[in-house]
Amino acid sequence: MADQPTSLERFVQGILPENPVFRQLLGLCPTLAVTNNMKSAITMTGAVLFVLFCANVITSLIRNLLKPHLRIVIFTLTIATFVTIADRFLAAYLYQMSKTLGPYIPLIIVNCIIICRCEVCASKQGVITAGADAIGQSIGFGIALSAIAAVREILGTGMFFEIRVLPAAWPDWVVMVLPPGAFLTFGLLIGLVNWYEGFRAQKAGKIEG
Amino acid sequence: MTENANTMASESQNAAPVIHVSPSPHLSNQALTTQRIMFDVVIGLVPVVLMALYVFRLYAVKQLAICVISCLLAEALFTKMRGRALSLKDGSALVTGIILALSLPGTAPWYVGLIASVVAIGIGKAIFGGVGMNLFNPAMVGRAFVMIAFASVLAAGGYQDAGSTVDAVTQATPLDSFKQTGAVTPLFALFFGLTNGSLGETSALACLLGGIYLCIRRTASWEIPAGVILSVVVLGGIANLANPDTGWTVLHHLLGGSLLFGAFFIATDPVSSPMTPKGKFIFGIGVGALIMLLRIFSGYPEGVMFAVLLMNALTPLINRWTIPRPLGAQ
Repeated sequence: MADQPTSLERFVQGILPENPVFRQLLGLCPTLAVTNNMKSAITMTGAVLFVLFCANVITSLIRNLLKPHLRIVIFTLTIATFVTIADRFLAAYLYQMSKTLGPYIPLIIVNCIIICRCEVCASKQGVITAGADAIGQSIGFGIALSAIAAVREILGTGMFFEIRVLPAAWPDWVVMVLPPGAFLTFGLLIGLVNWYEGFRAQKAGKIEG
Repeated sequence: MTENANTMASESQNAAPVIHVSPSPHLSNQALTTQRIMFDVVIGLVPVVLMALYVFRLYAVKQLAICVISCLLAEALFTKMRGRALSLKDGSALVTGIILALSLPGTAPWYVGLIASVVAIGIGKAIFGGVGMNLFNPAMVGRAFVMIAFASVLAAGGYQDAGSTVDAVTQATPLDSFKQTGAVTPLFALFFGLTNGSLGETSALACLLGGIYLCIRRTASWEIPAGVILSVVVLGGIANLANPDTGWTVLHHLLGGSLLFGAFFIATDPVSSPMTPKGKFIFGIGVGALIMLLRIFSGYPEGVMFAVLLMNALTPLINRWTIPRPLGAQ
């Protein structure tokens, strides 16, 4: 296990180099569905952070007990436990938000990001690394969701966190709040990230050369 | 390094003369350039533009200027971003701009034309790789974007401005007034185009003149408009038989709305329509059928834009169905 990344590497990788949404293209269902305003995007990120952190820590603690052919079942059960906690918590304390997010909170159970992190990191490495990995990946997920939500909310409603930032004369681009806006914004942002990565790689190559 | 180059040079000298083997067509018309096709389309659009200028006056001037200028600027910007040679000369951005302007209402605010142009060229064309690579008709992509984004301005109500000094703009569009109140616009007005509507769609006469010119020049394939008109006649006839009291006959269906403009100028875009004659006919029939479906059963009064976009999505499939069989093959 000498070649496994350290806690710090895991943490940093999740934020940009291995951003779950823009680089790994995982967890796209909530990415497209709940990003029409900043509030839902942030709530979604919070729920994913909670579930991913708890699931990673628990999986890491029981990693030596896991039987290979049963591991996915155990992952799913662990994740489902915490998703249920998060779902009921939102329903109790943030009722309106829970209504808005609808089925997307329960759907965290099948969110690929979490199963992927359990499989790739938590089932092989220690508790601290697994925790750092969960936080890094969640921050990356949050950055991606906020980026998409910011574009969509500002263009679609002229508001940011429901506070008006554009002049009242702004004609709302209703299409950005609707599903096509999610695909357009997401596609253009992936293009931007890829362009930036290419640009950076080119620059790094020049310095080395 | 030099040794390598030497061996390569000597190899190419010793090699037998190269015989070029390429797939057909072996005879091609050198004069058939993108530039010529686009110039032809512009000529075909002349009667439509003149009619729009006559009916809508300054509204048409404003919308045409906004769309053409912003399409050209967007084309220059995006080709520069992609590091390609500037392709304004081939005229495709100009044609997109004119068709886009003619498909919008003259009353739409300035930003509608601007945003539609940028989306048409950027998302409709540049992202797919530029001229000849786009899956969907760029002008219709731009129009669909603003139609959904600014629903209040581009819905049927947005076409009407009761305080306008231009006569046509004070009325409701023929398709909308029929949908809302059942009022039937006289065929004469629909044919000559003295009604409200998108700038280029009102005059069936102008669309026919320009369209027939394009078909004779073979810039547009006659199979597509023929298919559209045939399927509208058949489906409109059935709708008419099923509901004979409305007074909106097959001829109203044919002459009203943007049907002829769409059939001759939008659906015939050579890039996003099928390649084989049979495929083009199927494509036209599909467009016509979707138009009638949307006109009769959807909430929108008109369906040309969505019909063309939906059939564009089926173009690769139609191409695959209608691959001509080589002589002697099974």
